[in-house]
Amino acid sequence: MTLSEGARAGTRKLEMLDSLLALGGLVLLRDSVEWEGRSLLKALVKKSALCGEQVHILGCEVSEEEFREGFDSDINNRLVYHDFFRDPLNWSKTGEALPGGPLGALRAMCKRTDLGPVTIALDSLSWLLLHLPCATLCQTLHAVSYQDSCPPGDGSPVGKVHVLGLLHEELHGPGPMGALSSLAQTEVTLGGTMGQASARILCRRPQQHPTDQTQWFSILPDFSLHLQEGPSKEFQPQSDPHIPLVDPMAHLTFNLHLSKKEREARDSLTLPFQFSSEKQEALLRPRPSQATSHIFYEPDAYDDLDQEDPDDDLDI
Amino acid sequence: MFPELNNLLNTTPDRAEQGKLTLLCDAKTDGSFLVHHFLSFYLKANCKVCFVALIQSFSHYNIVGQKLGVNLTMARERGQLVFLEGLKSAVDVFFQAQEKPHPLQFLREASAGNLKPLFEFVRVALKPVDSGAAGWTYPVLLVDDLSVLLSLGLGAVAVLDFIHYCRATLCWELKGNVVVLVHDSGDVEDEENDILLNGLSHQSHLILRAEGLATGFCRDVHGQLRILWRRPSQSTSQRDQSLTYQYKIQDRSVSFFAKGMSPAVL
Repeated sequence: MTLSEGARAGTRKLEMLDSLLALGGLVLLRDSVEWEGRSLLKALVKKSALCGEQVHILGCEVSEEEFREGFDSDINNRLVYHDFFRDPLNWSKTGEALPGGPLGALRAMCKRTDLGPVTIALDSLSWLLLHLPCATLCQTLHAVSYQDSCPPGDGSPVGKVHVLGLLHEELHGPGPMGALSSLAQTEVTLGGTMGQASARILCRRPQQHPTDQTQWFSILPDFSLHLQEGPSKEFQPQSDPHIPLVDPMAHLTFNLHLSKKEREARDSLTLPFQFSSEKQEALLRPRPSQATSHIFYEPDAYDDLDQEDPDDDLDI
Repeated sequence: MFPELNNLLNTTPDRAEQGKLTLLCDAKTDGSFLVHHFLSFYLKANCKVCFVALIQSFSHYNIVGQKLGVNLTMARERGQLVFLEGLKSAVDVFFQAQEKPHPLQFLREASAGNLKPLFEFVRVALKPVDSGAAGWTYPVLLVDDLSVLLSLGLGAVAVLDFIHYCRATLCWELKGNVVVLVHDSGDVEDEENDILLNGLSHQSHLILRAEGLATGFCRDVHGQLRILWRRPSQSTSQRDQSLTYQYKIQDRSVSFFAKGMSPAVL
């Protein structure tokens, strides 16, 4: 990669994370079993933390240690982890369960946001959706993500709120998925081909046409994003069934189909192994030339034949 | 324990990874050989094992275990193995007065709808003891299999919650492992089972999926095994994360070979 290309990739890299965080509101990260989305969520969390924002994490699926793994202490200091992993249903009765459940914690977060821009990462939205009624969750999400548009009670300015929701696609029916999609400003669907991860980003800006673009990326061990060229076109047909395939019959060295004439010629041919009455007669009839056969012998031109001692080559 | 499978997974009883959830899944075939593998693997690794067996009797697992070189009766006697025999104790729920909740209490109280008693049973069984005499390395929970719980009337979310707590307690707190088997109903539309399977897939670190051959039953190739590592994408190149092998189950072992490379075909 040359310097200018590197610079260009750098700006594009900023573009992807920026475009995800530019709008505020709810950003849906839809992942699948094969293409996990937690790395991208962590990349976005890192980006927000580096911008100086306070980051709240509602952790329902992985332990705090696992989520914080890979971040340096600077970033970890900016993260507030609300732990719903250890005892979400209060079975262990450790007394550490947060009051009001996950939604109570969410509402508490939005009360605390009068200081500046805040990012709230939901890890994961799927867990919440399986345990809470869809309508309640959507109402809370709406209240949290759009609180900057309504004036707060005490008149102080409220910073922008980003809500990042990790959603496992396979777990939910079309109903809840549709409800959350319509609530989201930005939707990122993860996928990939040939070992290369891709993100399809659908942005809905107010009073504009939604934009839809696909980015190919990989996430480095320090959770920074590395944008890549997509795999070359010839490997892409799996991802898009509408691209016509190359005709495999185009450049063959033999015929796959016969014309009518060729077919007749083929049918009329007698193959060597086919036994017919003519063949039988021809084989049984004695051949006239059999009695007088000849042997023709032509000595090799370079043969060193000694007329006087024909057994010379035997070396007796 | 099948050494060939250990080679494919790049592990041995001495240096197995800890704190992991392994999902075993079978579609159009019987994946129980994977359960037998992990049962003997962890017993040989000197782990404290809690085995929730809802499918077969103790003697069945014991007979197969003996073929694989482990003695379940002895392991149970010396306290290494805690065996919950679902087939037998399901009857106890109804006919024996219990002072404390039975692990399979949900069979009796339809309204409860959760697996908290079963989790309590697992937690107590695998709670580290201070005596130090036994000296087991780390705790392991094995479940054969979770789909049965759905058939017994539980919801997928209840089963997911149970595994969530097992994960939080075993994998995270005690640095142990959890191995569970789930059937893939495949073409049959079973919404609850799909939620369970996908939910677990998202939580697991390793997925072993045994599939019957698309072409039908075959004497020399019994099925194919897909191995999917769900590490964060950066630690390994994506290409190495998924592998597919075909296998043949023999009397005491399983042989694995690349697709189409069965010794019977070549």
